[in-house]
Amino acid sequence: MDSVRSDRAAGRPKLPTAVKIVIAGGFGVGKTTMVGTVSETTPLRTEEILTDRGVGVDDTSGVEAKDTTTVAMDFGRITIRKDLVLYLFGTPGQERFWFMWDEVSRGALGAVVLADTRRLADCFPSVDYFERRKVPFVVAVNCFDGAKRYSLDEIKMALNLHGDVPVMLCDARDLKSCKQVLIEMVQHAMSQRMLVKS
Amino acid sequence: MTTPEDTPERLLDDHAGPLVRPYVMTRGRIQPVRGKFDLITQVIATGPVPTAEVGLGPEHLAIMRLCQDVMSVAEITGHLNLPVSTVRVLLGDLLERGYVAIQEPEPEADITDIRIYEAVLNGLRAL
Ligand SMILES: Nc1nc2c(ncn2[C@@H]2O[C@H](COP(=O)(O)OP(=O)(O)OP(=O)(O)O)[C@@H](O)[C@H]2O)c(=O)[nH]1
Ligand SMILES: [Mg+2]
Repeated sequence: MDSVRSDRAAGRPKLPTAVKIVIAGGFGVGKTTMVGTVSETTPLRTEEILTDRGVGVDDTSGVEAKDTTTVAMDFGRITIRKDLVLYLFGTPGQERFWFMWDEVSRGALGAVVLADTRRLADCFPSVDYFERRKVPFVVAVNCFDGAKRYSLDEIKMALNLHGDVPVMLCDARDLKSCKQVLIEMVQHAMSQRMLVKS
Repeated sequence: MTTPEDTPERLLDDHAGPLVRPYVMTRGRIQPVRGKFDLITQVIATGPVPTAEVGLGPEHLAIMRLCQDVMSVAEITGHLNLPVSTVRVLLGDLLERGYVAIQEPEPEADITDIRIYEAVLNGLRAL
């Protein structure tokens, strides 16, 4: 990051703008795999500790609190330009940690909901979440080996999606496939946002 | 998921549980004195790692080492293997004292800037 160093020497540091995309979906659907496939660095993990009193390490009683859970999110990064970085966050597998979803969805460009046709219903909570919060999203159907293939129309029908939500097949292990999903997601998000704006 | 040799954890008592350690590092504080620190907020040290500066703990110094190059809050938590809330408090201390500079992400209302979408699309296509 020579550019940043030299800018800093010149005075005020000029830091990159950061944007993010959320990768959501049910348990074991390939979220971590997709983050790892597209990330330019080894994916990292960010954690938050929950106590029975809520988030983080609050007041003194926190020291003795026994009911603690760690919620983890995997994330990766793609340097778009020297002044623009894209982060991809895989949501925690268990949907009950909504506060982490809120944190990561706020200000996101959009979301990819991964679905597995063998357990399609697992993606309903994610779909509901992004619909309710008006976060633009696409549904990417992860093609697990041996999974029964449905047509995209059948899947769309089963998900009861609004007409303009793109649904596509993908393989979370394949860069070209993930890239296509992300491009479609950003295009969809762009048209949605511009619609809202005008 | 690397754990650098000098993570704060190694400097602290093993008997202290996962909850106690972050608690001690922040001296019980849950809110940073300054800054909101989104997960993707960019952070950079404004100078070299201070030596034996009064009031800075080993975790503050570990952050200063990491942030010699620009890095997000999420990446700091990942490299140091510390909870987000703890890192936010430590960063607030550093920001307050001018040891780090930050760039918050675009607020939600501003991501209607079409140029950002176009730049992201171009970047993804080039992957
Ligand atoms: N055949 C096939 N296997 C996949 C694909 N994507 C992921 N897998 C495998 O499915 C398993 C689960 O993938 P993960 O990426 O860990 O899923 P996850 O959504 O992060 O899981 P949780 O975080 O536990 O909810 C792994 O063994 C992957 O190798 C895919 O596109 N095709
Ligand atoms: Mg995972």
